Amino acid sequence: MAEAQNWRAWLLTDTPTSRRHAKLSALYQGWLSFKGNTMAMVGLWILILLGLIALAAPLLAPHDPFAQELGNRLQPLGSQGHILGTDSLGRDILSRLIYGSRITLYIVGLVALIAPITGLLVGTVAGYAGGWTAQILMRITDIFLAFPRLVLALAFVAALGAGIENAVLAISLTAWPPYARIARAETLTIRSSDYISAIQLQGAGALRIIAKHIWPLCISSLIVRVTLDMAGIFLTAAGLGFFGLGAQPPSPEWGAMISEGRRFILDHWWVATVPGMAIFTVSLAFNLLGDGLRDVLDPKDSEK
Amino acid sequence: MALAEHKNGGRHRAPLERWIRAVFMPLGSIIVTMLGLMFVTFVIGRIMPIVPVLAIVGEQASKSTYDAAYEQLGLDRPIVVQFGLYVWDVIHGDFGKSLLTARPVAEDIKRVFPATLELATIGVFAGIVLGVPLGVVAAVKRGSWIDQIARVIALVGYSMPIFWLGLMGLLVFYGIQGWVGGPGRVGIFYVDIVPSVTGMILVDSILDRNWDVFKDALSHIVLPASLLGYYSLAYISRMTRSFMLEQLSAEYITTARVKGLSESAVIWRHAFKNIRVQLITVIALSYATLLEGSVLTEIIFSWPGIGSYITTALLSADMSAVMGGTVVVGLVFILLNIFSDLLYKVFDPRAK
Repeated sequence: MAEAQNWRAWLLTDTPTSRRHAKLSALYQGWLSFKGNTMAMVGLWILILLGLIALAAPLLAPHDPFAQELGNRLQPLGSQGHILGTDSLGRDILSRLIYGSRITLYIVGLVALIAPITGLLVGTVAGYAGGWTAQILMRITDIFLAFPRLVLALAFVAALGAGIENAVLAISLTAWPPYARIARAETLTIRSSDYISAIQLQGAGALRIIAKHIWPLCISSLIVRVTLDMAGIFLTAAGLGFFGLGAQPPSPEWGAMISEGRRFILDHWWVATVPGMAIFTVSLAFNLLGDGLRDVLDPKDSEK
Repeated sequence: MALAEHKNGGRHRAPLERWIRAVFMPLGSIIVTMLGLMFVTFVIGRIMPIVPVLAIVGEQASKSTYDAAYEQLGLDRPIVVQFGLYVWDVIHGDFGKSLLTARPVAEDIKRVFPATLELATIGVFAGIVLGVPLGVVAAVKRGSWIDQIARVIALVGYSMPIFWLGLMGLLVFYGIQGWVGGPGRVGIFYVDIVPSVTGMILVDSILDRNWDVFKDALSHIVLPASLLGYYSLAYISRMTRSFMLEQLSAEYITTARVKGLSESAVIWRHAFKNIRVQLITVIALSYATLLEGSVLTEIIFSWPGIGSYITTALLSADMSAVMGGTVVVGLVFILLNIFSDLLYKVFDPRAK
């Protein structure tokens, strides 16, 4: 107890003793204000729960998500042994949902890595280099930005062939331009600051300056933007799955599950309804978390 | 954006001159963007895994038939020439022939586009009529229950998968309640009764004074249009709210209040007047997004618009149709974006 008090005092101090101390202290204070935001905490907990479910899927799922049982198809909610019923091939919907959370996290996680990193590279290089390089890079960014996202993703997946990896690629291709713009804007303001001139005079090369002195400063605004975009990314992925262009059957991707259930919607509504609820819950959680993070990390944009 | 001061330069120039500058300055970049758009669709068309020749002549075709089709499609020429020819054709409104309908793609798009336009227009209209007042009230009565409701509406709108909400709507209002018409634009008995003038069935049936068709079409459009309307409502009300909040905290509002103006005059004649341009920008963007967002909605409601057209073409590897559809949607998207940019530059002196 006393030790915890000490830690708190150390973290909340006004006079940090080292760089790391100051950093940790800022992080802790951010966490405290984030914790005060109930809705954001709800979002965070839902996502933590989702992560745990995905990790422990084999332990949690009551049935094999791929095991077909044709004699037992389209069982309603709350039937014996199948709390959320079964789909058109007699597969347990709850188990499929549980396994589907892995696919969800896989897609969102990959896109949330690829798109911002691409944007960061393009944006910082354009911002630091300027001139023709910037013209060309930003023109490409504009072109991608001008495209309607879902249509572009659809066309790309159709061209590359359906599948999770191609869906990730297609969504990343449509998602990176805003990050490039943000990174470029940040770079432009950083580039002209005195400390950059100082290290330039010391003989630091462009690569070193970009990687060690510009990237770290762009990252926090990118993180905010990524969290706010997660719900959109996730919904696009579910949309692709719904079209049959994302994860392929029999994999239990939630969008694809809705598309399967669509054929029976009038008589067996739960088959399409249940995965839809799951998608809604998760994307709501992403939105709540994103709003909360924005309030903490980027107070000037917050609505409060 | 917070700067209320404007630079004198932009202010005193005549509106006409500002229009001209605003139109011609970005023209070059528009052309480059369009070319880029066509290049991307061209690349997509080229990396399609299906060989376009086989899709036309079939797998049983002899070598000579294959070669003839190959040459006819211009596939034997250098890729740069192919792209040049493609751009040339597109500029002249020629998107090639659809494999699926065996008609020119341009003609197909002319036929399906009004259906999408009709749907998106009604949707965005509903979004404006409900969203703008909701946003204004939410900003004025910040923290009240109306503000909370507006927040929940927006949050749910941002988080709900549109195709799922559409399915649920169909299930409840068509399947269970039977209040609205089902999928499609009109019931099967009303197909092709009114002559197609504008391609928008509501307008056509009014022109023809055929009220039965009008009523039936209305009962079919109500659900998908409300769905799109809900999404634009979520976006428009949120943006209106934050624009209004920014204005209401400005000093000139305090001045207006101190002068003793009524609250409604302060809100509508002062604060709201200053957000009109921003609002139109948002509405144009939301319209563009709806045109795109209609892709999923059209699938759910079997709505024969451009979204359905592109998806059907995609799934049957109908390359010209996919490329044509994508270019047209992209074009509309870019034009609406430019339009909102223009409005901003011309009417808002703060944006240099």
